Amino acid sequence: MLKDYFIRRALYLIPVLIFISFMSFSLIYIAPGDPAEIMMTSPSGGYDEAAVEAFRIAHGLDQPFYIQYLNWFKGAVVGNFGYSYMSEQPVFETVLNAFKNTLTLSVLALVIALVIAIPFGVVSALKHNTVVDDACRFCALFGVSIPNFWQAYMMIILFSVILHWLPPSGFGHGTEISYMILPATVLGTGSAAVMMRMIRSSMLDVMGKEYIQTARGKGLSEKIVIIRHALKNALVPVITVIGLSIGFLLNGSVVVETIFGWSGIGNLVVDSILSHDYMMVQGSVLFVAVIFLLINFFVDLVYVWANPEIRYDRNS
Amino acid sequence: MSDVLLKVSGVSVSIPTGQGAVHAVDDAAFSINKHEVFSLIGESGSGKSILGQAIMRLLPPNAVFSGKVELGGMEISALSEKEMQKVRGKTVASIAQNPYLAMNPGIRVGTQIAEPMRAHLGMSKEEAKARTCRALKYFDIIPPEVREREYPFQYSGGMLQRAMVAMGTAADPELIIADEPTKGVDVLKKRNIAAIFQKVASDGCAFLLITHDVGFARAMSDRIAVNYCGQIIEIAGRDAFFKEPLHPYSQALLDAVPERGMHPIPGSSPSMIEVPEGCRFHPRCPYKTDRCLTNPPVVKLEGRCVRCWIYA
Repeated sequence: MLKDYFIRRALYLIPVLIFISFMSFSLIYIAPGDPAEIMMTSPSGGYDEAAVEAFRIAHGLDQPFYIQYLNWFKGAVVGNFGYSYMSEQPVFETVLNAFKNTLTLSVLALVIALVIAIPFGVVSALKHNTVVDDACRFCALFGVSIPNFWQAYMMIILFSVILHWLPPSGFGHGTEISYMILPATVLGTGSAAVMMRMIRSSMLDVMGKEYIQTARGKGLSEKIVIIRHALKNALVPVITVIGLSIGFLLNGSVVVETIFGWSGIGNLVVDSILSHDYMMVQGSVLFVAVIFLLINFFVDLVYVWANPEIRYDRNS
Repeated sequence: MSDVLLKVSGVSVSIPTGQGAVHAVDDAAFSINKHEVFSLIGESGSGKSILGQAIMRLLPPNAVFSGKVELGGMEISALSEKEMQKVRGKTVASIAQNPYLAMNPGIRVGTQIAEPMRAHLGMSKEEAKARTCRALKYFDIIPPEVREREYPFQYSGGMLQRAMVAMGTAADPELIIADEPTKGVDVLKKRNIAAIFQKVASDGCAFLLITHDVGFARAMSDRIAVNYCGQIIEIAGRDAFFKEPLHPYSQALLDAVPERGMHPIPGSSPSMIEVPEGCRFHPRCPYKTDRCLTNPPVVKLEGRCVRCWIYA
């Protein structure tokens, strides 16, 4: 039963992906601007008609819209995502590299979010309706309400301009933590606020359950009662929110990567849209979509792990 | 004297609410001997469960407690929370009413049963596991090696009930407080519960049964206490009590059971916030006189006591 469910889930991905790729292709096609003209425009501003025409023919841009899409589609099915108009590098490799950078940032952001959200959410629940709880909730509301870009600039002003602790932006070699801290914190605090509120309400709910009283009745210390008996059950509904947050982190990276000059997938998408690099836009959008769907799929698996009632099918 | 296991004296508990304080337990005093099955009977909402929680020191945080609880000569009502943790599950354990709510749905049954052993008997994981399997087998949960690794939802209701008793008795407690063990349970299951409890009792464990089920209390107990509106109004040996209940409420309660014609008690249970003055039963009592408007004394008669002016 469970296996069937996951196979069915996997099959659903196919139409979803076709739809997404078609939508993104259509949108970029409708958008004003001609990739051939943009590519062939010299830095001084003029372009050669013949060169533009040659570029169109070379990249199949002279063909009708649906033929272009089908050509791309045929390639994509066998794993050939084409080459960038701009850099002439293979799309797949470029996207993969950019995604690795975004992933580094997102994972760090997620860790930051969890490190903030779990302890504060739990404390907020255990001390509910006290000053501590109010303070936690106020901070959470604040965190949800602040726009990413504003928080990013404020942090740059504080930590780079005034305190000179961290570089204001840049990528370095992609491995220096100093370049990651600011963007990851900006991304992480936004999700932390949402998760914290979720953990608080979930924890409050669980702490009122009878089995918590049973656990206390066995003479377990309050610490063990909270960690072993309450937290695991309280985190089950939070897993969904974490899954959604990963999507949010990947999306949010568009703004944050642009501000901090981080060469991730967000920056790549923005650049390719601006230059009408059809192949690159298609490749990155599809890639992000696949990742998003895989994460949701994975969240389902984690859900099954955390909830034994789903894991062990009653009928089998 | 050394036979006394639990001694409760002058225990009162009130719980503040938006409408005023609920006087859930008022001046409770009784004792339970070793190996004795003691039942506290009374209507739902008469404060019986709160008394059980007060003994375990698991009252809601805003509850106001006063009085003294001694267990095996130790005044547990004066222990620190940390010391009390060593008593809970070890000397006195509780068994909750609904196993589906009282077991953690996300933890294997075996692990839950093993917890008191690990906490109180200093057992390693393996020792506790072996002992858990023996306990499961003892309570007819077989095959224990398989059942030990299962989750509560994989158990049937009766099996989970037995698992809960196994969990309560895991660290060989001297006293078990069972709160409404037969609430919402059909006759057949009730018989099973009685059988398991008797099995545990015959191993020498004392019981405090908190129940509204007069028939169950009669089948199980050595002695009976009757609770009305937060007060214990009568304590007697089982046979003496059922032969001749003294307090008018006890008499009315016994007449209300189906076997005795199901005569309802006139009036309704009083509010626990604004309790009647004097004897709490007087507004519904057929024998009431003017003196019932003042607090009745607890009258001690041979082997029993009753809180009523009639016997003063």
